[in-house]
Amino acid sequence: MNQQTPNSFRTGPDERGRFGIFGGRFVAETLMPLILDLEAAYETAKADPAFHAEIAHLHTHYVGRPSPLYFAERMTEHLGGAKIYFKRDELNHTGAHKINNVLGQILLARRMGKKRIIAETGAGQHGVATATACAKYGLDCVVYMGAVDVERQKPNVFRMKMLGAQVIPVQSGARTLKDAMNEALRDWVTNVRDTFYCIGTAAGPHPYPAMVRDFQSIIGREAKEQVLAAEGRLPDSLVACIGGGSNAIGLFHPFLDDKNVAIYGVEAAGHGLAVDNGHAASLAGGRPGVLHGNRTYLLMDDDGQILEGHSISAGLDYPGIGPEHAWLRDVGRVTYLSATDKEALDAFQLCSKLEGIIPALEPAHALAKVMELAPKLPKEHVMVMNMCGRGDKDIFAVAEYLGGM
Amino acid sequence: MTTRIDRRYANLARQNRAALVTFVMGGDPDPETSLEIVKALPLAGADVIEIGMPFTDPMADGPSIQAAGLRALHAGMTLNKTLALVTEFRKTDNDTPIVLMGYYNPIYVHGVDKFLIEAKAAGVDGLIVVDLPPEEDDELCLPALKANFNFIRLVAPTTDDRRLPHVLANTSGFIYYVSLTGVTGAAIVDYSRIGEAVVRIKGHTNLPVAVGFGVKTADNARAIAGQADGVVVGTAIVDALKNSLDKDNRATTKTVEAVASLVRDLAAGVRSARKVAAE
Repeated sequence: MNQQTPNSFRTGPDERGRFGIFGGRFVAETLMPLILDLEAAYETAKADPAFHAEIAHLHTHYVGRPSPLYFAERMTEHLGGAKIYFKRDELNHTGAHKINNVLGQILLARRMGKKRIIAETGAGQHGVATATACAKYGLDCVVYMGAVDVERQKPNVFRMKMLGAQVIPVQSGARTLKDAMNEALRDWVTNVRDTFYCIGTAAGPHPYPAMVRDFQSIIGREAKEQVLAAEGRLPDSLVACIGGGSNAIGLFHPFLDDKNVAIYGVEAAGHGLAVDNGHAASLAGGRPGVLHGNRTYLLMDDDGQILEGHSISAGLDYPGIGPEHAWLRDVGRVTYLSATDKEALDAFQLCSKLEGIIPALEPAHALAKVMELAPKLPKEHVMVMNMCGRGDKDIFAVAEYLGGM
Repeated sequence: MTTRIDRRYANLARQNRAALVTFVMGGDPDPETSLEIVKALPLAGADVIEIGMPFTDPMADGPSIQAAGLRALHAGMTLNKTLALVTEFRKTDNDTPIVLMGYYNPIYVHGVDKFLIEAKAAGVDGLIVVDLPPEEDDELCLPALKANFNFIRLVAPTTDDRRLPHVLANTSGFIYYVSLTGVTGAAIVDYSRIGEAVVRIKGHTNLPVAVGFGVKTADNARAIAGQADGVVVGTAIVDALKNSLDKDNRATTKTVEAVASLVRDLAAGVRSARKVAAE
């Protein structure tokens, strides 16, 4: 790295919404005034103790926070190296970390007087969380979901409908998460005045990447406190999976300036990084480009056309990544690895059998790298992995891959 | 230094009529037919030609233009081929302004400086890049202005008077007023509001104001042409093209004429407008 190391890794983004060259506000003029309104509303809310108190109340009474920091004893014994903790965000209401962000955004939407909420979803977890919060607050909810994902995540589609949301299967493009996001943006451009777009990951135009990170940082703040209580010191390493990267940035951000904490993000390597268009690892296999309102690493061809990517996990199956991760990679603060479908499936099964925790396929990618890193590390090494979602939604897909079990 | 766009609008102002600005997707349904279509546009009455640069993820476009972009990409269209199309067109027409319209990623990946040099050499006059608001002007707008391109900006109904001067600051050539909040191809509901909006924008700029999004027929074009300096038609032309294709989306003998025929109708609508307004 020939770049200078900044004094702090936690000061971004700048006033233009940039993390280094990444981020920004690459949106149509129709949306621009709204993005600026949103930024102003968020800045006001952020400075208002009542806003934080409301979130804290919901965390305690609705989400079930703090989520435990759990010592995975049998996993630790099995791997024979580092001491492994899981941050149990899969125990949250709705089964994943997504609700942390959604509640923040929905409270903000209410402050802005918006009555109609739209969202995109891949695996359906963000859609379910959004539908949940909209039900609680009596808001109209429209969720865009790729038609392919509607097929492979049926239980979540049913849950969203049960919660009163309208689920719109997206037939354009590859009919997955990227296309759902395009369609949500088209809805927003059309219904600017009454609609709030609740983005599910730490990506999109500024202020979304920073705002979603802030709402998810509860994960890292709790983890820091909990690991200090359990071990009397900070962890030696953190591991989290990355699609857009909201659970990861939520865990990482409070630790970014703790220089002795090694941080690992794990992308989805699908069929393998060497397979053309066969993975969803934007950092490992992509390059900087502009999509969905921000500059970041993207999977694309030589002409700048976006590729679809592949992952067994519908939640990681996205050709981009949050801009802050793109920057953290380039400045070298976070090390980004990747796990294949097969490695994730092995981790999924091992965790279920050893710990009695069925992980979602997304954190199974993080676990796959824990399984690779931990055995080489000493027993004093304390490693915290974000168990960001539960695997109930994935059991049928996994059964199919494993041939019925 | 004036551009073909400046000269064209100045000429039309002297004739007291609005410009017909036609959009086609570069490479739709295939590069060869697309060139024939572009060549046919000025003869049919188009005053300014916008050529879409296809992109996989056109977030501000409706289904018709999305599909047109995918047809072009399937037929092997690339940014280089779009520039080559303009080069070919310029061999037969050195007056009709050409505006390239699209999204930033293909240009960014191509390299901004390289793109501007090649587009200038090809004979491109202006650029419309949907996902580059004024907040991102140093990306492409400022280098493009320096290279003597017109950088045409979209102004939306949500662009209020406080923001308008900021949006207009680095805009040149003409203003593209998006007549509705929505994607391309939606329908205009209230024509009376368009005149008001044009007057509002003209309070802030001397540039010509063209109105687009939702113009489908000669009557629509006439209605807009009485209130603005230009009428932009995209989706209706793309639909006419699409309806002329065979079941595998290949060009037929009717394809070029299907587009030309609609453009002739639209041109007649535009040309009859000021007369009506004057009577």
